[in-house]
Amino acid sequence: MNKHDIRELKRYAAKVRIHIINEVFSAASGHPGGSLSCADILTALYFAKMRVDPKRPLWEDRDRFVLSKGHCTPALYAVLAERGFFPKEDLLTFRNIDSYLEGHPNMRSVPGVDMSTGSLGQGISAAVGMAMAGRLDKKGYRVYAIIGDGEIQEGQVWEAFMAAAHYKLDNLTVFLDYNGLQIDGRITDVMSPEPVADKFKAFGWNVLEADGHDFEKIIKSIDQAINTEGKPTIIIAATIKGKGVSFMENQAGWHGSAPNREQKDQAITELSKALEELEVE
Amino acid sequence: MADKIATREAYGNALAEFGSDNRIVVFDADLSKSTKTDNFRKKYPERFFNMGIAESNMMASAAGMAACGKIAFASTFAVFAAGRAFEQIRNSICYPNLNVKIGASHAGLSVGEDGASHQAIEDIAIMRALPNMTVISPADAIETKYAVKAAIEIDGPVYLRLGRLGVPVIYDENVYKYEIGKGIALAEGSDATIIATGLMVHGALEAKSLLQQEGISVRIVNIHTIKPIDIDIIVKAAKETGAIVTAEEHNIIGGLGSAVAEVLGEHYPVPILRIGVQDKFGKSGKPEKLMEMYGLTAADIAEKVKCVLQMKK
Repeated sequence: MNKHDIRELKRYAAKVRIHIINEVFSAASGHPGGSLSCADILTALYFAKMRVDPKRPLWEDRDRFVLSKGHCTPALYAVLAERGFFPKEDLLTFRNIDSYLEGHPNMRSVPGVDMSTGSLGQGISAAVGMAMAGRLDKKGYRVYAIIGDGEIQEGQVWEAFMAAAHYKLDNLTVFLDYNGLQIDGRITDVMSPEPVADKFKAFGWNVLEADGHDFEKIIKSIDQAINTEGKPTIIIAATIKGKGVSFMENQAGWHGSAPNREQKDQAITELSKALEELEVE
Repeated sequence: MADKIATREAYGNALAEFGSDNRIVVFDADLSKSTKTDNFRKKYPERFFNMGIAESNMMASAAGMAACGKIAFASTFAVFAAGRAFEQIRNSICYPNLNVKIGASHAGLSVGEDGASHQAIEDIAIMRALPNMTVISPADAIETKYAVKAAIEIDGPVYLRLGRLGVPVIYDENVYKYEIGKGIALAEGSDATIIATGLMVHGALEAKSLLQQEGISVRIVNIHTIKPIDIDIIVKAAKETGAIVTAEEHNIIGGLGSAVAEVLGEHYPVPILRIGVQDKFGKSGKPEKLMEMYGLTAADIAEKVKCVLQMKK
């Protein structure tokens, strides 16, 4: 990745963040905090690493992606729209009754969505099944997933982790969006999953840690995952909930609430400024 | 009616028999010797996956496989399939309408000695409430075999309700024809109709013989597909015989009896009485003794028919 490519990714991520705010504002509901925290990871996956073809969303040999923290549709839809899977204008129909952009990912209605998710803990199991299918069919595709840090409180996540290591699914790469916050507060206060790295290691995974807002580090980690044989990889990505919008950063209250018009305008002003700075660099 | 074969055995054999299609994969949760998916494993080990004692992950992993074009069978006991993994079946299988077939064995009281914790008496009710789900409850080994074949052929989720206990083979394979959603009239009769499912179909046939000795003529209908239910065969029975008794190895709430009552209520109301578990948990014991204790024998069905005849105007 050269500097030009990294700046390009940053620009996409900045656009994605603007979409996120506009989607949630127009729907007057949705989850901005976690969407902003995983926006860079999603951008890196879809614009730098994943083999996908927006013209053929069901292409058999495509890399798969599962948003196990399914409530972060504003980020996923924004990235898919920017990548060309569907028109960007449609993002403003998010959560509307006559829209195909369901509140949580629906693989049957949204082009580019590989798995319907929304109930925490289930998407990661589906990703395990997809990786098993790829292995069985001797296909070269890779499977990626993002799980939330609060999500790993679900027992099913650990069933899935056990299975992925047991079946040596080295074609599976999972990001832990580690922003430290869940609806009711800090994850360490609500129900601490720590020490997470030790737990993943004990479950037989290749464990990497990266700044989830640093594209070079995200991409380097994905490359390391691709080159790891015999075990699945989890990238513990340190992130900031609400990243990019000053008053949303590190505030659990922005997990699942929409900004009012004034807040939306302020957020868009901040994010547009960030985008402009990237354009003139 | 010589040999008794459990429907779970027929299920495992059918998976092995029809398993040559490379799209078919089979999952189990450490019960493959009991659910008989081991019969498939012996033949196609590369397409068999033991997921350990982790039903939730098994169901959602099967969904992931199906999302990649596989026909995924996932097996465990009915209690753990419909119960433990209910929400995985709901959100990861039925909502996206994925091609996962749930082979749920050890349904009903006939599990026997393991007792209430292992006797699913509510699984039909739970599964038939799910959009996109097809619910099948075969009566014998032949019907199970062709239900598995049909499940492979249709696209979408299927719940196959299977039993632990050996049951008499009531069908002749040479003439048997399975069609999803089509009930089967097994015997003609004019005074009332017994509509049964699963191993209770055999009980219904025995009840017919008992009633015949008293000059009562009953029609027997086997509803092997509880959802989508065969409205035509039920309405026809109501019109022509005027009274219905349902028989199932399931709670009377939400199962076959409820499904039939819904059809009658909306299309052609006639008196109906339901044989089934009377809204209580099972217990340990020999299957035959349990069937007696819970009122699920042929004699119980015959008595119920006499009661429903009293309700006819």
